[in-house]
Amino acid sequence: MREKNKRHVTLLILALTILGLFLANRFLDPYKVRVINLSGIYVTLGLSMNLINGMTGMFSLGHAGFMAVGAYTVGILTMPITMKEMNFFMQPIVPFLANVEWGFLPALIAAGLISALLGVLIGAPVLRLTDDYLAIATLGFAEIIRVVFTNTQSLTNGALGLKGIPNYTNTWWSWGVALVTIWFISYLMRGTYGKAFLAVREDEVAARAMGINLFKHKVMSFAFGCFFAGVAGGLMAGLLGTIDPNMFRITLTFNILLIVVLGGLGKIGGTIIAAVIVTAGMETLRFLDESMDLGFVQIKGIPGMRMVVFSIILIVAVILREKGLLRRPKGREFTYVKN
Amino acid sequence: MGDVSIFLQHLTNGVSLGSLYALIAIGYTMVYGILRLINFAHGDIFMLGVYLTYYGVTYTSLPWWLVFILAPLLTGFIGILLERVAYKPLRGSARITILISAIGASFLLQNLGIVIFGGRPRAFPVPQMLNHVIRLGGVSINVVTFIIPAVTIVLLLGLTYFTTKTKTGLAMRALSKDYETASLMGIDINKIISITFLMGSFLAAIGGILWGSRYPQLMPLMGSMPGLKSFIAAVVGGIGNITGAVVGGFILGLGEIMLVAFLPRLSGYRDAFAFVLLIIILLVKPSGLMGDNVTEKV
Repeated sequence: MREKNKRHVTLLILALTILGLFLANRFLDPYKVRVINLSGIYVTLGLSMNLINGMTGMFSLGHAGFMAVGAYTVGILTMPITMKEMNFFMQPIVPFLANVEWGFLPALIAAGLISALLGVLIGAPVLRLTDDYLAIATLGFAEIIRVVFTNTQSLTNGALGLKGIPNYTNTWWSWGVALVTIWFISYLMRGTYGKAFLAVREDEVAARAMGINLFKHKVMSFAFGCFFAGVAGGLMAGLLGTIDPNMFRITLTFNILLIVVLGGLGKIGGTIIAAVIVTAGMETLRFLDESMDLGFVQIKGIPGMRMVVFSIILIVAVILREKGLLRRPKGREFTYVKN
Repeated sequence: MGDVSIFLQHLTNGVSLGSLYALIAIGYTMVYGILRLINFAHGDIFMLGVYLTYYGVTYTSLPWWLVFILAPLLTGFIGILLERVAYKPLRGSARITILISAIGASFLLQNLGIVIFGGRPRAFPVPQMLNHVIRLGGVSINVVTFIIPAVTIVLLLGLTYFTTKTKTGLAMRALSKDYETASLMGIDINKIISITFLMGSFLAAIGGILWGSRYPQLMPLMGSMPGLKSFIAAVVGGIGNITGAVVGGFILGLGEIMLVAFLPRLSGYRDAFAFVLLIIILLVKPSGLMGDNVTEKV
């Protein structure tokens, strides 16, 4: 009976989401639709990072790098051939990519696969590090990816970035991918792999003693996380139309980490809500940077004020969370959804 | 002759850059030693130090040498304030939580910088005394290139004396060795942590002033890259170990300069050098060059 109820709730939420997206496309202005798109992409990003950091307990800060790989893959693969010639005026693009023009779906899948492959290559050596060391090593790899992309002129167009990437991303793509991610990660976490991930998070030594292959599960979780990070990066490229290596700085990773922590480590529902609230909130705060006209008095906008308020909210939220105001009842603190 | 003089020029450049990394790295390593926290805001404290000095020299009638002492002190107190506001309420919580708070503090300082100081780059007022070129043999070198390592060495000697010979220094080392036991032995943890932040931020600000004298362009985001690299220096040397931080700083500074000097084709990869070095060290000797090997107990 409970199982059946749950299925109904899931279907209801799914239907409401589709209805909501339909209405949003119909009635909202392009700016709001864009925010909805971003929210969807951040849901995917938040969940993929939560899989690595929250559910498997590996402290990784490399997300921006894998997003960059995905974004560039989609950018290069989907860009029309004539557009490529215009972009690569400093140095022509490498010949084997000059004449490709893929559809969005194959490009997205390629983005995910290349990111995941890179994730395995990078993860295999560094995932045996723990805690802060892993964090710094992955952060280092993300930076290396960015620096390499800045310097490979004939592959990524270097610091100039790519312009004129076709705007394939719409709300159906961004939220469609988000829903697939939600489904996949829930499915993964229900099965034996998910249980093994949780065991690795809780106690590596105990997990190993139980016969769990630490290396295999860590690399696997990392690769899945990287896959979705790559796909989300590709969606981002399709949404923005313009990418350059400097977009993928550490700040981007921190934004996602914020979503993960506010949503709750290891929690799927919380991450989804946090992704939407943080994305929408960041946009709402935009008024702080702009001048306001209150009729009788004009308030001059101060550039940067938005991020000041954002970071104060971030610190206060983290502290309040710890102090118990936003805390769930004890005992559920670190448990994954249900048993 | 030409080759030797060019090499010497690169060497002095490398040593002075290394000294700057070392000065910032000490703050990271001291805080990490006690709180096991990567203080992501440290690079921005460094930035704050440079800006305070800039305003002190430009807008007050104080002599520059006095500003060069007062501004770092003020930065030190801001460091204490930062710890009180952003880290102290979270003491004892999960490490990822404190790290988020550190990231938030870093964002806050950077963006406060943009709001208060403005996003446009400013020129650091380098005192005449530090800013002239001397010729030694065939080499022409800016005098500040010599002053930087000299100041660093003096400060390091002072710091070494402080940590080995004074009671507060002893308490500091005790806390970093074993936080729990030390706190049971009657050490005033809050005081020691405040002093740690004071000293770390002070040194970062001194590093900032020297940085400004060497590369006189000020931007609110100028702290993030040097901060990150100095943290890497601390990890390379063995985090928690002050000597290690200095060694790491010099390796990093010399390595970067030499990479650009002798492999100009790779100069675009300058920023990646630190990270590649970091990953190699982490894979070969995760505890760093001078760190203690920690065996995990079950």
